[in-house]
Amino acid sequence: MEIPYIVDERPDTGLTNVKLGIWLFLASEVMLFGALISTYILLRINAVEWPAGADILSTPIGTFNTVVLIASSITMVFCYAALKQDDLSGYKRYMGITIGLSVLFLAVKSYEYLDKFSHGDYPSVSTYFAIYFTMTGLHALHIIGGVVVNGYFLGPGSALWHTNKQQFINRIEAAGLYWHFVDLVWIFLFPVLYLT
Amino acid sequence: MDHVATAEQTEHAEHGHEHHDESFLRTYVFSVDHKVIGIQYAITGMLFLLFGFTLMMVMRWQLAYPFQPIPLIGGLLGDSRAPQGIMLPEFYNQLGAMHGTIMVFLGVVPLAVGGFGNFVLPLQIGAPDMAFPKLNMLSYWSFFVGGVVMFASFFVPGGAANSGWTSYAPLSVIATTGQTLWLVGMIFLITSSLLGSVNFIVTTLQLRAPGLSFMRLPFFVWAQLVTSFLLLLAFPPLEAAGVLQLMDRVAGTSFFLPSGLYVGDGPLDVSGGGSPLLWQHLFWFLAHPEVYVLILPAMGIVGEILANNTRKPIWGYRVLVASIVFLGFMSFVVWAHHMFMTGMGTTMSSFFQTTTMIISIPSVVILSAFLLTLYGGSIRFTVPMLFALAFLPMFAIGGLTGLPLGLAAPDIHLHDTYYVIAHFHYVVAPGTVLALLGGVYYWFPKATGRKMNDLLGRIHFWGSFVCINIVFMPMFIQGLAGMNRRMADGGAQYAMNQDVLVWNEVISMGAWALGFFQIFFIFNFFRSIKKGEKVGNNPWQATTLEWSAPSPPPHGNFTTPPVVHRGPYEYSVPGSDTDYHMQTDDLKGPQAPPAKV
Amino acid sequence: MSEDVQAHVKLYKKIGAALMVLTVVTVLVSFIPAGVALGVVIALIIATVKGSLVATYFMHLVGERKTIYFTLLLTAFIFLVLIFIPLLGHTNTYGRKMIVPNSDAAVAADHGEAAH
Repeated sequence: MEIPYIVDERPDTGLTNVKLGIWLFLASEVMLFGALISTYILLRINAVEWPAGADILSTPIGTFNTVVLIASSITMVFCYAALKQDDLSGYKRYMGITIGLSVLFLAVKSYEYLDKFSHGDYPSVSTYFAIYFTMTGLHALHIIGGVVVNGYFLGPGSALWHTNKQQFINRIEAAGLYWHFVDLVWIFLFPVLYLT
Repeated sequence: MDHVATAEQTEHAEHGHEHHDESFLRTYVFSVDHKVIGIQYAITGMLFLLFGFTLMMVMRWQLAYPFQPIPLIGGLLGDSRAPQGIMLPEFYNQLGAMHGTIMVFLGVVPLAVGGFGNFVLPLQIGAPDMAFPKLNMLSYWSFFVGGVVMFASFFVPGGAANSGWTSYAPLSVIATTGQTLWLVGMIFLITSSLLGSVNFIVTTLQLRAPGLSFMRLPFFVWAQLVTSFLLLLAFPPLEAAGVLQLMDRVAGTSFFLPSGLYVGDGPLDVSGGGSPLLWQHLFWFLAHPEVYVLILPAMGIVGEILANNTRKPIWGYRVLVASIVFLGFMSFVVWAHHMFMTGMGTTMSSFFQTTTMIISIPSVVILSAFLLTLYGGSIRFTVPMLFALAFLPMFAIGGLTGLPLGLAAPDIHLHDTYYVIAHFHYVVAPGTVLALLGGVYYWFPKATGRKMNDLLGRIHFWGSFVCINIVFMPMFIQGLAGMNRRMADGGAQYAMNQDVLVWNEVISMGAWALGFFQIFFIFNFFRSIKKGEKVGNNPWQATTLEWSAPSPPPHGNFTTPPVVHRGPYEYSVPGSDTDYHMQTDDLKGPQAPPAKV
Repeated sequence: MSEDVQAHVKLYKKIGAALMVLTVVTVLVSFIPAGVALGVVIALIIATVKGSLVATYFMHLVGERKTIYFTLLLTAFIFLVLIFIPLLGHTNTYGRKMIVPNSDAAVAADHGEAAH
């Protein structure tokens, strides 16, 4: 007996297994970042003094990175749309751009980190830096994870398109949901860390 | 019944694999079959239970005979742990912290959720496997790696984590090397649980056989579903907290270190500004739902065994389902009853006290429903039934003794005493573990095609039941006298403890005797795999779907999806000509009247 | 079906443009002098709008199934519980205002009240 609802939706829930699975996973990610947000709130409220984000972090660089990540979210959704229009080369183009933009984001982040380190601003210096590095660091790890997954789907994983188109589309949809979530987290992190 | 595998397939099934000539590694080590993974989880979990138990048996020597050389193994422990065989207090604390960690995270949960959940759930819903078999395998190996890391922590300089299973900051931040490995191990374990819970929920929602509506699910499945939601949403904050504590230890941050902390004779060279309370909040946000993760699968197992061995449905199915869902939901808003003594203020205390009292209601409802199930039943005292019956009063004691702890005022006296230890052990040890053992005896025939030996099972049960009460009942007395937990001298140095110190030796004797009786189980378990009495599909005359598959089931469990026509507990249906109807039996005979509750 | 997807693509482009505009708005608004508390609130409001656009359209939550909505609703509730920990920790009795250590109001209040 084969496992059902990998390709087609189950009639009463209206879902495929992978779609339900990825949303549940994202729910757990909400709680993961939620704990860090809770930590941020507690540390900031309790602090005797807390610097303004704009004084410590570069607003232009942060804005640039935000634009990059939102753009990658847009190209990710174009990937999915291309597949739905049976356009494999379009999919590959947009996936390549998505990955490229992600790597750009990581490069800029690395530059920011190294810049801080060179001035002796390590996480151990203050709770401000501790929570800044931890939140953005965990977010960056999620981007790296996304790059790995997307890279797989651009490369060897795309072979599934030739044997089972709908299953491949379902997988890209799931990858897209994950990627949009990562973008969503940054949409909240950026103003709170950089602008307040 | 064409959905059941043919005799030929059953033949193959006896060898544990079908058709393909897969390597030994693929079949038994890196298998993606939920039954193999379930057995892997169960055996690994039981081995860790045994290891955690052994740690406790060593601790009990120290408590019964403080600072006497440990017999047999004292010389083997080495000077860093027990010079001249006399346990160092630091080592006592390692044993204590790791006993708790191992029992909860490496023993009970892997057995209850990973073992029973993985093996039984797909069979009970008529599915061929879990929704994501490869992810399932990954979950097991992540757990395994976590377990190895935890075990390895005993052998690093400074020894294992020794700041309690609760790892409170700031002590845990400045503690020995083993604490770092504890944190790393926890990250692997939490990841394993998260992936597993996604699998369980998707499987239960998506892969139910035709006709298996939610209200026809066995209670065991409901228990596992709620448990999975708890694991999914409560574990991530602890994962985050673990990362933060790891940063504190390794990167010198001060998430949990307050300003102006002195250690030894000088101030700690950190930035400060952190909050030890933050750790407690994040830890208990998980750890409270975690204790419901410990009890819910056990309730599910007891429900199955009770229905089967009373030959009637469990009483109040709908009420039970509503209660277990409500319980799961409430478990997220009671965590700070573990923190009444932290000075968090009366507003918080009142809120959490109230929610804690409310959460006791569904527990009582569930226990009452189980007790009502017995009334008017034709009780068969099979070995699984002995364990399931014992669960009821044990859980009652555990649950009731939680009430004074859940109220802020009496908790002032009882917090951090042996009363707490007795309370939670009653729920987990005579409670959950007894239920899990009953589950092993119950589903062993399904997994192996053979029954465990009945006489050995009864000796195991009675010995364990009596001894486990000898171990934990006196602890209430000690706790009420004020005897604190986590003291390496067994409380000898405090005047308030003097009258109750006498119980230490009694408890220790009980613990060692309890260990002795497990030998009957271990011997029975392994011997029965080869030499047990052979059985067919349904040795217990049970109704749920797993009993319509062969024992053991082949890959894919069922050749075509079984079609469900009946509820899960159609025993002794009035007007029927058979004693019971399986869920797949068609509707020719009378169906059980729909439940009024 | 293809036209359907084309319509979606047009929508995605519009949402994308909106997100970019809102990003610029976020940055510009941050230059308006306001206290920390107000600044955070405004930043979060705009972020919530942006996030809602991503969730509703890119993640296709509009017209998604009940099961997903239920999971997210449950998660949202538990998330809020988690967030309120640090805030609740600063109340002491019912009806007393929150003592937030580093805010000017709290410092002034402390001068007029006994230690909590």
